[in-house]
Amino acid sequence: MYKQIDSNKRRTVALMILFIAIILFLGWFFGWYTGYQYFWLGGAIVVSIGMTLFSYYRGDKMMLWSVRAKPIAKEDNPYVYRLVENLAITAGLPLPQIYIINDPAPNAFATGRDPKHASIALTTGLIERLENEELEGVIAHELSHIKNYDIRLMMVVAILVGIIAMMTQWLSYSWGGNRRGGGGGGIFVLIGIVLILVSPLIAQAIKMAISRRREYLADASGALLTRYPAGLASALEKISAYGEPMKRANNGMAHLFIANPFGSRSAKGIAHLFDTHPPVEERIAKLRKMA
Amino acid sequence: MIILYIVLAVVVIVAFWLIAVYNSLITLRNRTDEAWSDIDVQLKRRHDLIPNLVETVKGYASHEKQLFENVTKARAAAMQAKSPEEHAKAENMLTNTLKSLFAVAENYPQLRASENFSKLQDELSDTENKIQAARRFYNGNVRDFNTKIQVFPNNMVAKMLGFGKYEFFEIDEMERENVEVKF
Repeated sequence: MYKQIDSNKRRTVALMILFIAIILFLGWFFGWYTGYQYFWLGGAIVVSIGMTLFSYYRGDKMMLWSVRAKPIAKEDNPYVYRLVENLAITAGLPLPQIYIINDPAPNAFATGRDPKHASIALTTGLIERLENEELEGVIAHELSHIKNYDIRLMMVVAILVGIIAMMTQWLSYSWGGNRRGGGGGGIFVLIGIVLILVSPLIAQAIKMAISRRREYLADASGALLTRYPAGLASALEKISAYGEPMKRANNGMAHLFIANPFGSRSAKGIAHLFDTHPPVEERIAKLRKMA
Repeated sequence: MIILYIVLAVVVIVAFWLIAVYNSLITLRNRTDEAWSDIDVQLKRRHDLIPNLVETVKGYASHEKQLFENVTKARAAAMQAKSPEEHAKAENMLTNTLKSLFAVAENYPQLRASENFSKLQDELSDTENKIQAARRFYNGNVRDFNTKIQVFPNNMVAKMLGFGKYEFFEIDEMERENVEVKF
């Protein structure tokens, strides 16, 4: 497990470097094309470093805000609070900030840059639908992500890739749309080239964050915490049986949730293209074999 | 000449290995000690809850003097315990006195209905869960540490380097549900 932690930390750094390189390249490219070298390159440096720092220090708050998660104190929901508290003690982790998302779809995620600055979010749907042991299994799985520093890598990916995805979408809509209006064909080609270059890099970045091994490890570590792998197994069954999408789901964060937030039956979203999680049947089978 | 170099190389390799083993044992031992302090925190919390509990029960069943004395004595003994084994024994005794206390409380329906009492019962039960959780974490660390000093070739040097086996912490779980006495 300690190798996993080191690997995650290294990948996060690699990802940040890759991201800065992409932005710098874009900055250089635009500078070369338009002739305003210093402006574009300088802007690129500021933007890329700023965004990287933002993703590292504020990424978790950003993600929690985007799904309208609300923090809870012990009095708000003592049942959930105590479950998380006791499992954190078993894991030897400091207690993370606990958030609740008002959504009937059962789902959960964890985020933060390290165990001392971690948060865990659960939907109301999850709390209502799952039994004790099942909810414990899910929480233990998320706590394992925190312990393994998976959350640092996944958070940085979510924010940086989300921003790039947004930017490329914006570029293609605003400038591609002018095509028929007589806008310069040259610019369209330019945008096309940029998109062609950047998209595979985005795909690569997301692939770096997604790893079946990481999810299986979190499943296994969680089972070790609770000593009851059947709990998480039946939780996964219940979660995948619920087909509807979440009220607020976006591509950048899809891979962080324990289940596809676009709904298990949906073909939408990057989640489908890049297969953010190993198939649920396999996870359930592996867990039941542990019992 | 060659033999000298070989011997030197072996010495250097063994020295590096010793340093690596020593450092990892220190790390594991510190982790285990820190895990123990988790348990200590929960034990203290349990001890702090008890005077309040005793006072509440006294309010309704003041003549059960022997019971209160037992609980108070057991608590004092638990607070004195030093090694994990002593702690385990003392906490088990304390659990037994608490079991009797709760069994007797069944005879006083007014006490059972009291909000204060049920809140204290809740807190105590939650503390039991936390002690179990901390105990699992501690024992996991003890297991890792003991294994590391017992496998070959570490076992040859562990004692020399000053690393002794750690004891597991085994305490009984108190019953989750109180027994309903129905007439």
